[in-house]
Amino acid sequence: MRSALFGLALLGCTALGAQAQVIYPIDRAAILAGSKFDFKVEFAGVVDPSRMKVTVNGRDHAEALGRGATFTAREDNKDQSAVMLRDVRLEQTGAYEVVATDGTNTAAVKWDVYAAAEPRRAKNVILMIGDGMSVANVTAARILAGQIEQGKYKRLLTMDGLPRMAMVGTSGSDSIATDSANSQSAYNTGHKSAVNALGVYASRAADTLAHPKVETLGELAKRKLGMAVGVVTNTEIQDATPAGVFAHTRRRADYVPITDQMLAFDADVVLGGGSASFLPQSVPGSRRRDEKDMIAAFRDKGYVFADSRDALAAAAEQRPGKLLGLFNLGNMDGALDRFYLKKGSVSRFPNQPDLTEQVHAALRVLEQKPEGFFLMVESGMIDKFNHPLDWERAVYDTIMLDRSVKVVLDWMGTREDTLLIVVPDHTHGMGIVGTVRDDVQSEQMRDKVSVYAEAGFPNYPAPDERGYPPSVDVSRRLAFFYSGFPDYYESFKPNLEGVRVPAVRQAGATAGPFVANERGNVPGAQLRIGNLPREAEQGVHTVDDAVLRATGPGSERLFGFVDNTYVFRAMAEALGLGRQ
Amino acid sequence: MGGSRIFRRATLALPLLAAMPARAADRLRFEALYAAWGVQGLTFTAEAKALVGRPTTMLGFMAPPLRATADFFVLTREPLSMCPFCSSDSEWPPDIVVTYLQHSLPPTAPSEVLEVTGVLELGSFTDAETGFVSQARLRRASVRRA
Repeated sequence: MRSALFGLALLGCTALGAQAQVIYPIDRAAILAGSKFDFKVEFAGVVDPSRMKVTVNGRDHAEALGRGATFTAREDNKDQSAVMLRDVRLEQTGAYEVVATDGTNTAAVKWDVYAAAEPRRAKNVILMIGDGMSVANVTAARILAGQIEQGKYKRLLTMDGLPRMAMVGTSGSDSIATDSANSQSAYNTGHKSAVNALGVYASRAADTLAHPKVETLGELAKRKLGMAVGVVTNTEIQDATPAGVFAHTRRRADYVPITDQMLAFDADVVLGGGSASFLPQSVPGSRRRDEKDMIAAFRDKGYVFADSRDALAAAAEQRPGKLLGLFNLGNMDGALDRFYLKKGSVSRFPNQPDLTEQVHAALRVLEQKPEGFFLMVESGMIDKFNHPLDWERAVYDTIMLDRSVKVVLDWMGTREDTLLIVVPDHTHGMGIVGTVRDDVQSEQMRDKVSVYAEAGFPNYPAPDERGYPPSVDVSRRLAFFYSGFPDYYESFKPNLEGVRVPAVRQAGATAGPFVANERGNVPGAQLRIGNLPREAEQGVHTVDDAVLRATGPGSERLFGFVDNTYVFRAMAEALGLGRQ
Repeated sequence: MGGSRIFRRATLALPLLAAMPARAADRLRFEALYAAWGVQGLTFTAEAKALVGRPTTMLGFMAPPLRATADFFVLTREPLSMCPFCSSDSEWPPDIVVTYLQHSLPPTAPSEVLEVTGVLELGSFTDAETGFVSQARLRRASVRRA
């Protein structure tokens, strides 16, 4: 009964959708005055251009937008017409209504075009993303790095001292649940987008690179203000969060086109992993499908290239005009592996810098830029460790982000010309319920989970000079559980041999359900039957609010609850963008 | 298309197999495939290069393949829980060995250790059917459970 009703409802939507035009930018879009965007109307069928009409505030769109849109009778060789106008700019602030009709059906959207109320107040903007960093990640980081006794922390995290805080809504235009592409796109463009999309509206175009583009803050900062731009991460540099600074694609996995777009974007500092997409395909380790040598292409554009921690430190001291640093073929290793466990790819890439060193190097290059800079820094492995339910690794990289915030605050010193925002792009579901105590005698590890008064306090060793406890393998550790998971074996212990692999594809299957990884079936482990669809092989993002922290000019606008697109607006307005 | 390819391989494979020396294949460990890993790429070991064109046995895991039966699969050093063929977000590790089978095979469990013997080939090669680019291959391979 329920499914039949559901089916009817879907049919109803389809029928409606088959008649209505779709207009990009979408309804209720807030658009920065003077920023570029592609305007597109998609018609459900083939329309007669003589009957079609597209108006902006009642005027023909060609008159209102300065140029006429290109009409395509059969978009992607299908029975569907579209009009597209690239690189539109609206200089006048205020309310806009766009109406598109094919002569029979009419659709309308409203846009709010805004500009900074005040002249530029921030010389620099630094956006630091803790990818997937959720409240329990931060609490655990504070417990491990700050230590807690009798209920009080001995030290707080650096980010705890930032004066502004807001809850951020991260949902996209397509779904309440977002991914890093969509959410970073919102922070960087002020437009909502869809899962997997970067710097574009997710239209129906078949070509992932043909969707309606929206301008990023990095592009605006360069084009309008002559600012420098830096992109720093410890994931592959083509991954969604770094790519969100400059890329335009419907498909975040377009690593090779994203690498090519990165070269064209011409950022001043590019530091991260992901050299595989730079190497010609004939070189072992390459992910390209052509013979382009992108490291050579960057060098030809004047970039100094560093491929190790030592080379980065040396390059930063030269203060080159442009700096490219690539430190791993794939993602860089997290702090727990690099410093202590030596797992992952640490033995192959023993000379990877820490995110703190990358941030320091980026600031050395960017601080000499007279027009200021926009720097995006991501601690990206937090998310990549939360996904496989590997909380210790996620928490060490949360501490690493906090250490990087300290590098930025130390650099800022007393200067008041820099807006700093530290924010997750989305959350994961997780919580700390107490401790796991090995002194509790039981063959079942779950009986060692201690709550309320029995939990007491964990006995991680004091942090070393790097700021991390040198061991996670302790006898009274945090009882930390994720809220969304596939079938997996909960060991109640840290994964010392490498990142946890919770679930694997069923034996012999090319498709079909994931099952608990039998390697996790260690003595005392608990089989947890998943609460996610059996197609999920790991934990997922949650819709819960993300906690933003900020300081500096423009940060006072960030309080209470803000939409993720508003974070863009706060940064753009701090830079005085949109003013005539 | 797959059928004609298997046929072509089968007919080609027989005389070539007959030409192989009648001694046991040399063993090559995954760890001995590449000498150096670096940001600017990987380099093969002298041991691997010396085995080019010779029957070679490697132990590894079958990555989740594209199809239920295949004459082509990816041999990995560690079991892969996800299928990079199927998921745009997961990527292949760099040290994989593409295996072209003499006879097509149903997929094995991701955690099952396989002993694969074939003629080692090194260097960039693009599979005509799938467009898959590989640097190391075992041709005319046979597989058994280790």
